[in-house]
Amino acid sequence: MIRFDNVSKRYPGGHQALNQVNFELGDGEMAFLTGRSGAGKSTLLKLIMLMERANQGQIVVNGKNIGRLPRQQVPFYRRRIGVVFQDHQLLFDRNVYENVALPLQIEGYPRHEAQRRVRAALDKVGLLGKEKMNPMLLSGGEQQRIGIARAVVNRPQILLADEPTGNLDPELAAETITLFEQFNRIGVSMLIASHDLSLIAQLRHRILTLDNGKLIRDATFHMKPTRPGTH
Amino acid sequence: MKKRSPDTRSGARTQQVTLKSGLQSRWQNHLDVAGSSLKKLLAAPFSTVMTVAVIAIALLLPTALFVAMDNLSALSEGFGRFSRITLYLEDNLGERDSSALSEQLLARSDIAAVEYISPAQGAEEFARYSGLGDVLALLDDNPLPGVMLVTPADSVAQSSTLLGELAGLEGVSLAQLDLQWIERLRLLLETAGRASAALMLVFALAVLLVIGNTIRLAIESRRAEIVVVKLVGGTDGYVARPFLYTGLWYGLAGGLLAWLALTLLLWALYTPTRELLALYDSQHELRGLGVAGAAVLLAGSGLLGWLGAFISVRQHLSAIEPS
Repeated sequence: MIRFDNVSKRYPGGHQALNQVNFELGDGEMAFLTGRSGAGKSTLLKLIMLMERANQGQIVVNGKNIGRLPRQQVPFYRRRIGVVFQDHQLLFDRNVYENVALPLQIEGYPRHEAQRRVRAALDKVGLLGKEKMNPMLLSGGEQQRIGIARAVVNRPQILLADEPTGNLDPELAAETITLFEQFNRIGVSMLIASHDLSLIAQLRHRILTLDNGKLIRDATFHMKPTRPGTH
Repeated sequence: MKKRSPDTRSGARTQQVTLKSGLQSRWQNHLDVAGSSLKKLLAAPFSTVMTVAVIAIALLLPTALFVAMDNLSALSEGFGRFSRITLYLEDNLGERDSSALSEQLLARSDIAAVEYISPAQGAEEFARYSGLGDVLALLDDNPLPGVMLVTPADSVAQSSTLLGELAGLEGVSLAQLDLQWIERLRLLLETAGRASAALMLVFALAVLLVIGNTIRLAIESRRAEIVVVKLVGGTDGYVARPFLYTGLWYGLAGGLLAWLALTLLLWALYTPTRELLALYDSQHELRGLGVAGAAVLLAGSGLLGWLGAFISVRQHLSAIEPS
């Protein structure tokens, strides 16, 4: 689903954010991307989102080399990818429902269809009763879940998350990961950047470790364990 | 080119946007955006009114100038009907020669009418209008020459060539174009017309700048929203749309206010100008923009608003990218 071939990214200031990164995320696979702050996790996600372009190497998403994607095609490409941001990126001049409906509105869904999907997404994250509220009045965990609902509302094939548990207490963080696993189970490929090693270590998912822009470890668990300790 | 094509490989996603529903919702989106951008403007009435007032003033000046020019040229055309050439005949020209000359003139295609005033008639008129009849009576002879009043068939512009030809005719001692000032007025109006066209351009530019700057501020204040919309796949067109509608509303509101102000101005001037013109024997009534003129003003101001927003959007929107 996502393939990096010798991808390097150097920012205009000269900072080498990614250095010769190679990996492949299969269709329906779920992986964590970890490493210290500044290791290049966010840059890697930004390259997939086409918020940045690689200087070297190629990135193939869903069979397409996105390095050659012209600028005007980028919005259509982004609609296939759901993203959960650490700072949620919500709009506080509209209510929860309108925040989640935004991707559908952009894509031009008929109103009744959009309504059905938004309610389904809000139901999934447990916020169905709060659709009329302003996100500013909700807690950090709830804001996070609005962001997740918005990321999945148009049923993307790929879900990216940048430090989704960064501001959450352990219990909420675990709930968020459980939610992600549910999406993964229905076939969504997932790449989650997180430095929360204690949380990741409990889960038996593939872990990609970045250090100074280099991919230094790729620990793959082929099977999800049914009980702890079976690996 | 892959564009919104549904991915058939994955079952995780079913395509819900058909062409028909896509067009419908696009139209719906235009309506929604037009409505919501208008609502946003009305939500901040003070700053909106300030901007609209500036636009209206910038539109009012050239429009008022245009209306003034329009009235003046209509007025001068009215005067054109009265432009006549006066031929002062030789003293020794008899009645018979005079009527021969009169017929000769009438035969010309560039002359509409000829009126002969004999020296005797002239003296009578002079006595009547000047009140100096007694002075004439003191003289032995009537000193006034015979006069032919020639009305040219064509406009004032061609009268001067006719004037030259008539002056050369036998029996004519002097040919004089009456109301030569009308020709000067016409030229003056033409010059002023050019100047007002140039002014119109300048003021149109001012409107563009005002709207462009207002939209720039609006873009800046909605930076976060633009970033989010771009992140979840909003096209440049989608992001630009609310700003273009905002520009359109500003332009239209400015045009409407300018029209309103102009109408009030003309209403206030109507009676005084009519009285003034009546003194000059003119039936001219002050005329405004009319329906067509108002339509042009509104369409033009709307277009200017849209264009100003478009330029601003082109300049500033691409600079805002999620990072």
